[in-house]
Amino acid sequence: MLKQVEGSIAVAEAIALCRPDLVCAYPITPQTHIVEGLADMVRKGKIKSNCQYINVESEFAALSVCIGSSATGVRSYTATSSQGLLYMAEAVYNASGMRLPIVMTIGNRAIGGPINIWNDQSDSMALRDAGWIQIHAETNQEAGDLHIQAFKIAEQLSIPVMVCVDGFLLTHAYEQVEASTQEQVDEFLPPFKPMQALDCDDPMSIGAMVGPEAFMEVRALNVAHFDNALEPIQEISEEFEKIFGRKAGGLFEHYHSEEADTVVVSLGSVNGTVKDIIDEYRKEFVSIGSFKIGCYRPFPGKQILEQLKHAKRIIVVEKDYFAGVGGCLANDMKIAFRGSDAKIYSVIGGLGGRPIFKKSLMKILDRAMEDELEELSFIDLDRTLVEREQVREDQFMSNAG
Amino acid sequence: MSLFEVRIHGRGGQGVVSAAEMLSVAVFTEGKHAQAIPSFGSERMGAPVQSFVRFSDHDIRTREPVTEPDCLIIQDVTLVNNDSTFAGLKDGGYVLLNTTHTIEELGIADKLKNIPPEHLMVVNASGLAREHLGRPIPNAALIGGFSAITGQLKIDSIEEAIRKKFSGAIADGNTAAARAAYDEVKKAKGLK
Repeated sequence: MLKQVEGSIAVAEAIALCRPDLVCAYPITPQTHIVEGLADMVRKGKIKSNCQYINVESEFAALSVCIGSSATGVRSYTATSSQGLLYMAEAVYNASGMRLPIVMTIGNRAIGGPINIWNDQSDSMALRDAGWIQIHAETNQEAGDLHIQAFKIAEQLSIPVMVCVDGFLLTHAYEQVEASTQEQVDEFLPPFKPMQALDCDDPMSIGAMVGPEAFMEVRALNVAHFDNALEPIQEISEEFEKIFGRKAGGLFEHYHSEEADTVVVSLGSVNGTVKDIIDEYRKEFVSIGSFKIGCYRPFPGKQILEQLKHAKRIIVVEKDYFAGVGGCLANDMKIAFRGSDAKIYSVIGGLGGRPIFKKSLMKILDRAMEDELEELSFIDLDRTLVEREQVREDQFMSNAG
Repeated sequence: MSLFEVRIHGRGGQGVVSAAEMLSVAVFTEGKHAQAIPSFGSERMGAPVQSFVRFSDHDIRTREPVTEPDCLIIQDVTLVNNDSTFAGLKDGGYVLLNTTHTIEELGIADKLKNIPPEHLMVVNASGLAREHLGRPIPNAALIGGFSAITGQLKIDSIEEAIRKKFSGAIADGNTAAARAAYDEVKKAKGLK
């Protein structure tokens, strides 16, 4: 059934159809309506499993409870974003280290300081190497659909999955969504058969201390499993399409980029804006397309290189910017394209909720296509202000010294 | 319908985000695509807040804020002196203002030179809400007025959206306020 709903509610309803056994969350900012919606459905008995909803005192506790419940072999879910994700960071690494197939929504938001509650992707990027699979949604339709896939990916591989959904732009936006049915989800997602489960009748430990004699092997094994996840992620997306009759997820999606000279690469909801831009250029017969990366971790570098080997220039547009690194996605792309002739441009935008306007991005793309763009550029950054303050602060520091 | 874009200005607590939500649901009930995106300011009662709605016959992909609206709904008259309120309004667009004053009294005629008089309406939405709902939350009345001024939506679709969002006496009160504003704007349009 087609519905006009808020993104968070579309996600909550998709999760409910997955029959989770446990939902645990800290319900204060930075949280979304997802867990509020789930709490409501659990209370009203609308989830067709014996689902427990546990309200806890922090994000650290929320993921810790999921670790405990997942270790007993039950389907476990939580959601957070921004500072909440950072606060649970220790548990994030433990969940993947213990190979517990937890699913967590990240309602992508900036991380402080300064304090900021708005959308960017710094939060999930900060934990990109924590051993969790990360998949990104472009629309609310995809956000719901990716959660259904996420449980299957996580449980089939025994690796936890973060589903990244742009905060506000998706989580708080109303748009139409085709709701899945219980029958479709049941056909697609089998009951959870844990690879390992704590059982009083057959005692074992999960996540016990491992000393220097075996720690490296455990880590190497985990990374090997992680690196093998790409193929199943793609297969599960194709299987989803067969049952639900629509595309969602997978490693990547071309939009007029199969043969284009210039390709815009990005993650998440900005792909919608980029597709509108591509249509405008295509009207003028410009050889440009966009390429959406659906699965960010593991990073499908080899596959992307294969898909975009024809491109003369690749413009990576992303909503994160880190000291000493710059844009994470641009760095991943540069590694994947090492030795290739394609020029990789890094474009940073949308930090702390600053809108990414078509007009502003098109100015940057125009310059890239004239080969006049710097290797690193910013969408609508007030450079004069930054430079003036830099001088002022430098003077202050030297006077103070 | 090609793309039609609405920007709603108001203050925290006036239902600016709910107004966008209900408009998008009303459009959806007519079988069209709609996108509503809130632009939260700091989450405080009384702080200026905006929300955006897009309607189209086609899939809506862009996620940028509405910068060149076809219609402005202004829920709080004290915002008319902010430059950002009227920024980008399309020539020939629509403006619906919640106020007991006239455009002349507000001294904003200059900003609205390119808006035809029948596209420019004031309605005492807070008063209608107080009368029908018992609380001065103007959003439902304004989307009722929107239906009348733009002709983009049936008032029945607005009612359906209100009843999806609220139930019982609150739904009844909001629906009555929306219909009253609809009638008032229709009547005012007829007189011009």
